[in-house]
Parts: sequence; C-alpha cells; structure tokens
Amino acid sequence: MATASVYKGAGFDFTNEVRNTFLTERGIPLPKATSTGTTIVGCLFKDGIILGADTRATEGPIVADKNCEKIHYITDNIRCCGAGTAADTEFTTALISSNMELHALSTGRKPRVVTAMTMLKQMLFRYQGHIGAALVLGGVDATGPQLFTIHPHGSTDKLPYVTMGSGSLAAMAVFEAKWQPNMEREDALELVCAAISAGIFNDLGSGSNVDACVITASHTEMLRNFVKPNERVQKERSYQFRRGTTAVKKEEIRSLVVEEDITHLTSAGRGAAEGEAMDTS
Amino acid sequence: METIDIARLKSGEVNLGTSIMAVQFDGGVVVGADSRTTTGSYIANRVTDKLTHVHDRIYCCRSGSAADTQAIADIVHYYLQIHTQTTGSAPSVHTAATMFQKLCYDNKDALSAGIIVAGWDKEVGPSVYNIPLGGGLFRQPWAIGGSGSTYVYGYCDATYKEGWGRDETVEFVKNTLALAMSRDGSSGGVIRMCVITEDKVERLFIPGDQLPKFWQGKEVLGTDIKKDADLAAAVAMAVDA
Repeated sequence: MATASVYKGAGFDFTNEVRNTFLTERGIPLPKATSTGTTIVGCLFKDGIILGADTRATEGPIVADKNCEKIHYITDNIRCCGAGTAADTEFTTALISSNMELHALSTGRKPRVVTAMTMLKQMLFRYQGHIGAALVLGGVDATGPQLFTIHPHGSTDKLPYVTMGSGSLAAMAVFEAKWQPNMEREDALELVCAAISAGIFNDLGSGSNVDACVITASHTEMLRNFVKPNERVQKERSYQFRRGTTAVKKEEIRSLVVEEDITHLTSAGRGAAEGEAMDTS
Repeated sequence: METIDIARLKSGEVNLGTSIMAVQFDGGVVVGADSRTTTGSYIANRVTDKLTHVHDRIYCCRSGSAADTQAIADIVHYYLQIHTQTTGSAPSVHTAATMFQKLCYDNKDALSAGIIVAGWDKEVGPSVYNIPLGGGLFRQPWAIGGSGSTYVYGYCDATYKEGWGRDETVEFVKNTLALAMSRDGSSGGVIRMCVITEDKVERLFIPGDQLPKFWQGKEVLGTDIKKDADLAAAVAMAVDA
C-alpha cells in the first residue's frame, strides 16, 4: 500500500470525520481540546493599556497547565491575550505577529494595532468560527493607545475596557463597578488584578496566578506572575517512605555504557572514500 | 426536505439584536441605531456603534451577525474607495446599496445580515435603501430593521409624514428607537444617530438615562392607597377564580 503523503493541500483536512462519527455513535466521544477556560481583560489608563490574564489551561475538567502564558507577543508595542482553544490562540497570534513584522518592514513604519486587528478579524472570519480564538488585543502606536476585542467568528469591538473568556462576567462586574477614565498606573494595575482575581476565584475554568502587561508609548513591561494568590502550602508532614519498606527480592546490575568494537574498512575502500571527499584546492 | 434557516446565527456567534432605522428628509437622511451587541443573553458590548461609514456621505446600519455585517461593510468600504479613485467622483448611494445587495444575495446561505444603506449624493439627493435577510433591494422613504423594528411598525406607520425638516425627522427617529429599545430585549443602551447632508455628517448621541420616556405604568401601579386596595382586591379575586 502506498504511504499517504504528509504534505496535504492548504486548509483543514476533514478525512477523519467518518472515523470520528463512527466512534461517537458507538459511545466513544472526541477527546476535549486543551481550552484556556480563562479570564482575560484589558483596560485603558492615562498613559496607555494594561492587559491581564489568569494562568490556568484546562483539558475538560483537568488542569493541563497550572502556569501557562496567555499574553502573547505581537510586536514590541502590541500584545494579545487569548481565550478559547489554546492551540488556536497560540498559532493565530504567532502567525499575525510574523505577518506584522513583515508588514512593518515593507511599509517602513511602526506597526499599528488596527493592522493586527484587521489581520486577525479577516482570518477568523474566513474560518467561520472554526478557529476557537477569542482575543483581547491592545497596544500603543502612533495614533495613541487602542484596545480591541476579537470574537472567534471575526467580529470586533473597540472599547476602553474589555473582558473575555469563561471568567469574563466576573471580571466585567469588577470593571463596571470601578473603572474610571484617565486612571493612574497603580490604580489601573490594581483594578486589572482585582478583575482577574474575580475570575480566578469565581470561575472554575480560571485559576492560579495573575499575569499583567503594561504598555505605554515609551515601553512595554511584562509582569509575569504579578500576583500569586494560589501558592501551594507546605505539606503538614513528610510522606516519604523509609528505605526497606518494600522488600528487595532480586538485584541485577546492567551497564548502560555501550562497548563498541570499530572495524575500519580496507585501505582501498578508504582511499576511494577519500577520493570522493570534497576537493578544496 | 432540508430547509436552510438563514435567520439563525451559529452558536456562540455575536448578535446585533438591534433596532436600526433610516429616514429621508428634504436636505438629507437621518440614520439611527441602538447600541447593544449580545452573545446569547450576555451583552458583549453595550455601547456599540452600528452606524458604519462606507463613504463620506454614505452610511449603513447593521443588524444580524456582528461578524458578517462588519466583514460586508469592510468589503463595500474598500470597493467604494476604489470606485472613487477610478471614476474620480463620489459614488451614488444606489451604487453602494447595490454592492451590499450583491454580497448579501450571492452569499445568502452563509450570511445573517440585515442592512439599511442611507446617504446623500449629487444626482438624486437623499435616499434610503433597505436590504433585508434574503438580499433584496428596496428603496423607501423610511426604513426600519432589526429585531426591535417589529414592535414599532405601527408607531412609524401612524406617525410618519412627508415633508418634514431635519429636526422633526431626528425627533421621529429618536422616539421610534426609544420605543423599540424599551420593548425589545435585544435592543438597548444608548441611541446613536447621524444626520447626513450635502455639507456634513453630524453625529448625535443620547445617553441611556436621557431616552424619551413613554407610558411607564404609573396609572396602574400608582401610589394612591385607595387605588391599591381596589387593585389588591381585584387581584385576589382573579387568583381565587
């Protein structure tokens, strides 16, 4: 049987659909993709934008990653938080980041947030919502600070404060109560942490630590694990077993160092090999 | 037989529930919309701007799927810029409306978009075009659309008169939208309006707490104790019956 080529055509490959429906009918469900569950937020303050995110990645009911990074790099002055399917947010933001760098080189100008937004929305719309990426895009460019939210189907909103993900309602409640225009950096950062914490403590899909990113006209500061409200406490006793708890019945020692005998080929063969070596004269 | 329900949004899609309208008057048009975007029962954006600029004097009102209408409006905006450059003059509202119609009709099975195109051009003056779900094109003196429009057809039919000036038209749009927003769950927030004339586009904004108020029910649920007692008795009787 000829082996199928690993180089398929462009776009999604749906050849596994038949197999999947067959299995689902017989009671074996599809494995759940790693989802970021998530609480992500963004807010406008006096000098720029602050983005925030929790750090839990889930696979159904299980926490797949207790400290994942959800604030992705787009350009030096633009960052993007991603909620939804982890792989989709990861690869979508990486693709647009790459295209933004090429675009900046091509135009000779500093990249703008609306450019990234347009690239993201046009790509997500093209895939009609099958790419599960819900994004909060924020940055400061030549036209000032901008904050956008992009839904998986490709619709965008431009707002002064936004939340996305399963914890978005908890976070939005905090924003709606406390956000003011032209806040100072400390107040805005505190507000973002409060919003993410609301998601962490009230939403099962969000948890662990708070990441933040402060973007201003002059520089961008990534505050990884800015707040760690869920550090593991020291265990009350040591659960080590003393040596000898399990009885040893047999002992066998093997050396993993491989002993090799190297047999050289005949001189004639070696000469021919040398003759084929690159002539660098 | 399979029926394609083009009116239904895909799950998780963001919906412009909406009340939108556009009315033509002597010197121009007034377009107006509410500001609510919903995902299921959560309001994703309570201050949306549904009045989208596609050319200097041509605006469109968007209802249906947010993603679909934003994509369509972006495409038409792009084509109108090319049209302006290649022909050297501003496009007519009819041209813009036809571009919208072509996209909506040719892709009717994949789209959920109800659009009202309105503006001013040199050849015809003011005009309003309604493009509902199926992709038909209808020129009307006034058009309403979106989920909230169903509640105000009666009010509009009874109130609209030809020959109004700018201020009366603005009042009409404001009142209609306020009524639609008070009855439709998918509409609400603030009222945004644009007055498009030959000279300029004027943006108007009415915050949620300053919306025109209509019947609020005080006559029935008043503070008069006697009336309340009668009401309580009446309710009790109804419950017993």
